[in-house]
Parts: sequence; structure tokens; C-alpha cells
Amino acid sequence: MKELSVFDIIGPNMIGPSSAHTTGALKIAKVAYQLAPKKLDKVTFILYGSFAKTYKNHGTDRALVAGLLGMNQEDERIKDAFICAREKGLNYEFRTSDSAHIKHPNTVDIIMQDTEGNTISITGSSIGAGAINIDKVNGMEVFFNGEYHTLLVRHQDQPGLVAHITNCLNNWKINIAYMRVYREHNGKMASTIVEVDEAICSQVLDAISNHIAVQYARIIH
Amino acid sequence: MNFIDSKELLELCHKNNCSISEVMIQREMQLFKCSREEIMERMAHAYDIMKRAAERALRENLVSMDGLGGGESKRLFLNAGKHSVCGEMMSKAMSYAVGVLEVNCAMGLIVAAPTAGSSGVIPGVFLAMQEHFELTDEQMVKALFNAGAIGYLMTCNTSLLGAESGYQMEVGIASAMAAAAVCEMMGASPEVSLDAAATAITNMLGLGCNPVAGVEETPCQKRNVMGVSNALISAEMTLCGLKQMIPFDETLDTIYRLSRIMPEELG
Repeated sequence: MKELSVFDIIGPNMIGPSSAHTTGALKIAKVAYQLAPKKLDKVTFILYGSFAKTYKNHGTDRALVAGLLGMNQEDERIKDAFICAREKGLNYEFRTSDSAHIKHPNTVDIIMQDTEGNTISITGSSIGAGAINIDKVNGMEVFFNGEYHTLLVRHQDQPGLVAHITNCLNNWKINIAYMRVYREHNGKMASTIVEVDEAICSQVLDAISNHIAVQYARIIH
Repeated sequence: MNFIDSKELLELCHKNNCSISEVMIQREMQLFKCSREEIMERMAHAYDIMKRAAERALRENLVSMDGLGGGESKRLFLNAGKHSVCGEMMSKAMSYAVGVLEVNCAMGLIVAAPTAGSSGVIPGVFLAMQEHFELTDEQMVKALFNAGAIGYLMTCNTSLLGAESGYQMEVGIASAMAAAAVCEMMGASPEVSLDAAATAITNMLGLGCNPVAGVEETPCQKRNVMGVSNALISAEMTLCGLKQMIPFDETLDTIYRLSRIMPEELG
């Protein structure tokens, strides 16, 4: 459990009207932004629960688009996110679902498709006071909440990969807070999510990516 | 330097012969390994956002996302002179609180203090106090740490999620934070701050969240004004020596237990 900061109480600084419906939504979409394919063609947002019912009046739709454009939570352009998206050529679509198979009432799937038809998706929930959980990445159940600097590495499921990742982090004196390995199929692909105390620089990412069994490494928060 | 209840907070104040805000600043420096300058600058930025939000509502014609609201802050401000029923200072505090909520509902920049739904209370109280008593920005920024300490204790010992615990936990907490800070601004002891916060909480016990037609700004906005008045009257009563029989920590325990038994419809 992280210690509470005075800025968790007098804060966060945010765009209204609701920390759960605006700030949390923006944070989930920013995780998607970090994972977005280079040639992003189209984004589909599927809203569940309370998100599905109130997204227009609470500006959840604008916050999600703003997050996909990489805006931070103090950015006063969030209100005009649809205009910004048009200027940047971001295509997006909103759908709602009444499925009850969600962990939290404020849940969204973000599905990003590139120009070649490949998709990357995440599922996130806004759990209140601007805090979020990421529940799925590419359909695989994961758990992280964006409280720490977070790294996602997709790689072959084979011996030595975890050692490779931790070695690279050690070389830059980065301390690991939490680490989990998620395996899609035995001996095929796996994803490792590492939450660390220090900021991750691009050299670390390059070092991690420089391994034949690593498909990609991304900073997701 | 850390504390988990008001007893420990008071011990730290006495041991170091300092204010609640100073303990909170030292705590932040130690736990998060930051310099005093960094922390003060960050809080000054938050205070600046509060100020700009209140000013914006007086300057611009804001319309809320649902198109139902806007212009309330101006109405109150224009009446803050001799026609004011509540007196100039209270009327201005009301106007600023409403203004910040207007900005919030129009997707503008605010500080959730402690939540977006209660974001008007602290700016309303602080800006009006600053004007009326001609306090400096430094004094105001420092007092925000006092408010932060009260909010921190509440979060440690209860839960800040207004959505689950009713409005007592949003506007109630914001007004307790503001009441404590006002006492420190007026030079009172840490004990007085905590008593004022306890008074503010006991005045708000049991207040549920009652959105009208699913729209939070009604009655949210007016409840922020109630939070402002509750903060100021709680501070005034305590500063004048009216005794608070219930210790602050017990009011936290009560608000917590009450939120657990509140019907879901009021959460």
C-alpha cells in the first residue's frame, strides 16, 4: 500500500466534472495511447455499466478521446477533444454494452486497429477518485493500476526472459516494486508487466527489446 | 514524521513546537523525498488553479455539460454588497464555491479537494478569507497543508469515496478541512483546528448523496455552499471558545460507521 500524499487529498488537479467519469477514463485511455500501434487507424470504445449510461453528460467520451491523443489530466483542451481528434485524423466510435460480466461499474474496452487490420486492446475500470485498474491487455487478464512507472514486455515463453528483463533494469539501477508474468500458452507467448520506482528511459526499453525472443517492450505508464 | 490519528498529530505538533501544516509539510518531505521548495511550489500551483477557476466563473459565460446550469457565481457576487443577507465575506465565499463547481460542470480545470463534487468548498473559504483578512498567498498555500492533514486523517480512517458513503464524506470532509485551516490562518492552536474540524463533521453527519434526475450538479452545487458556511461557522464557534465535547478521532469513527449502514440509495 502506497502512503497517501497531501496531493492525493488536495488533488488531483483535474478536468471536471467527475474524477471517476472524467479523470479515470482519461487515465485508462492514456494507457491505451502508450500501447497504440504506430499506424493507428481506428479506435473503438465499448462502455459498460455506469459509463454506458452517463458517458455523454459526464464527458467520459471526450476524456477517452483526449487520453488517446495523449493529453494529460490538467489539459483544458479535453473538453474540445473531438475537435482535436478531427484535426489529428483520429477515427473513433463509441458503443455501449449491457453485459454484466464486468468487475466494476465504470468499465471500458478500448480496441485499437492499425492500417493493416491488427488490433491491440485493453480493458480498464475507473474505481473512484481518479484511480484505475487495467483488467485486460489483448484479452489476457492482468492487474496493474498505473500508480507506478509500468513496463509491458511481450515475449516468447522461454527460460531466461525474466532474467534478461531484470538484468536490464538492474543495469540502470531501477528498483522493481511488483512484477508478474502472464502466459498465453505454455511455450508460446507471454507478457511480463513490471511496476518500478524509477522512471524508465528509452535506453532501457532498447536494451530489453534487443533480444531475439522479445516481440516488443512498452512503457505503459 | 508520520501519524495515523489526531493524537499522534498533536504529539508531533507539541514535540516540534509547530503547526499542523508544518507537520504535514515535513511528513511529505520525508515520505516522498522531496525538497520543501518542490512541495510548496506544487501546492502553490493547486491554489492557483483554485483561484483561476473562481475568477473564470465570474468572467466567462460558462454552460454546464448538460446545459442546465451557468451564471450562478456572478449572481451571488453581484449581490455581495449591502443587499447581502449573509454579509459580504460569506456572500463572496458562496460565489467562489459556486463558481468552481460551475467550472467543474463545464469540463474546466479544478482541484479535487478532496473530490470533484466538493471542489468548491476549500476555494470558496480560502479566497474569501484571503481577501477579507488580506492574507498573503504564502499563508494560504501553507494553510492548504493544514486542510490536507485533516483530509489525510479522514482518508486513513474512513474512505474518501463519496460515491459509496454519501455527501457527508465529500462536502462534509471538505468543510472540516476548511474549518481547521481557517483556525490556523487566524493563529489558533492545533487543538482548535481539530475541534473545528470535529464540529464541521458532526454538523454534516448522515448527509446522503441525492442527485436530482441523475444530474450531480443539482443539488451538489448548493451543497458546496452549505459546506462553505459550515466551515466558517464551525471555525468561528471554535475560535470563540465554544467547547467541542467529541474528539476529532471519534467523529471519524462515527462518520465511518454511519456510512456503512447508510442505505445504498443514499450512498
